[in-house]
Amino acid sequence: MQDVTLTVNGKTETRRVEGRTLLVQFLREHLGLTGTHVGCDTSQCGACTVILGGRAVKSCTILASAAAARGEVLTIEGLGDEEALSPMQEAFHRHHALQCGFCTPGMVMAAHNMVQRHEGELTEAIVRRELEGNLCRCTGYHNIVKAVLAAAEAHRAVASAPAGQD
Amino acid sequence: MYAFDYHRARSLEEALKLFATLDEATFLAGGHTLLPTMKNRLAAPENLIDISALPELSGIGMQGGVLRIGAAMTHHAVAASSLVAETIPALAALAGSIGDVQVRHVGTMGGSVANNDPAADYPAAVLSLGAEIETDRRRIPADDFFQGLYATALEEGELIVAIRFPVPETAGYGKYRNPASRYALAASFVSIRDGAVRVAVTGAGKNGVFRWEAAEQALMGHCSASRIADLRPESDALLSDMHADAAFRANLVNVVTRRAAEHLGGASIV
Repeated sequence: MQDVTLTVNGKTETRRVEGRTLLVQFLREHLGLTGTHVGCDTSQCGACTVILGGRAVKSCTILASAAAARGEVLTIEGLGDEEALSPMQEAFHRHHALQCGFCTPGMVMAAHNMVQRHEGELTEAIVRRELEGNLCRCTGYHNIVKAVLAAAEAHRAVASAPAGQD
Repeated sequence: MYAFDYHRARSLEEALKLFATLDEATFLAGGHTLLPTMKNRLAAPENLIDISALPELSGIGMQGGVLRIGAAMTHHAVAASSLVAETIPALAALAGSIGDVQVRHVGTMGGSVANNDPAADYPAAVLSLGAEIETDRRRIPADDFFQGLYATALEEGELIVAIRFPVPETAGYGKYRNPASRYALAASFVSIRDGAVRVAVTGAGKNGVFRWEAAEQALMGHCSASRIADLRPESDALLSDMHADAAFRANLVNVVTRRAAEHLGGASIV
């Protein structure tokens, strides 16, 4: 057992865990942040995607101990809530980009990170390529891609708006 | 996963010292092969030594005519490097074709080369380009390094520090991906340096990555796909599994090698 300290959604948390504790287990079982899902547990489906040190990663395939050296963690709980959805969550809602919702936290985190890394400069081809690591078994990808492109467009509009205006 | 103790090394020296003192120890870089293997209980180290943050294993730079890439550089870092794109664009394209974006953010070049999975991408580039594997104790030529499925010339506790790629005149990569895993069903890296053509094939060989010498001879002097239009490797040396039998792989090796020759200075990833 060892102490692992991680900053998750802006809050620094320390828990005593086993060496083999995965980041996703740390989030779900030790911090109670169950928005991050475990789908396949084999690094294929992407339901466990969180952002670690500014990059989307699969939290089922990173040890919590190793994550501690790689920067801050952002999970779906840190992105927005029911009162104030993040732009990506809003776009998923508006474009009906989910049905059962199981893959959605991972999709939203991967998509959020994609828009950030590309500064909103996305095409359908890039979105489809960069969502290869996220599987959805009910909606299909059509509306998900639409939602990501809409959020990217909104991101560009905000980025190009003149500063200092109310 | 069976229980183990986790150790984070802060320097190459500390990593080697930990390995020498701990029982049943294994190095952990990105862990994107090791952790799934441990989850399946196919590996059960008692101690993991995290080497992903070692400064000695970091960085991408030119030394003479050699592109030196630190072993702990992620696939994403290699794919996004402007230096790699300028010097060996096929290598950048290869790195960008591994797994998916989340995997590329964590998986490392050194980990892939040390593991020598028969369907991994990097071994094809390392072997075709005649790279050297720089370890904590020596430099190993690629031709001596890969020794069959998951087998390499690395000794117990020997750690890859960097891979040294001589910059070729040009190179191309042709890959046919398994659509589920995105590992190569067959992939071919063709490079030309000092007038010599080297062709290395991954994903297809029974013994892992191999040089396809018949194609090298056919392409010598004029690296044109038409010269190997009817050339196929012997199928009894090729893998046969649920994804592709040996005869199909023999044909695929022909297809991806032709595509590599047609995409010198880049890649064809399908």
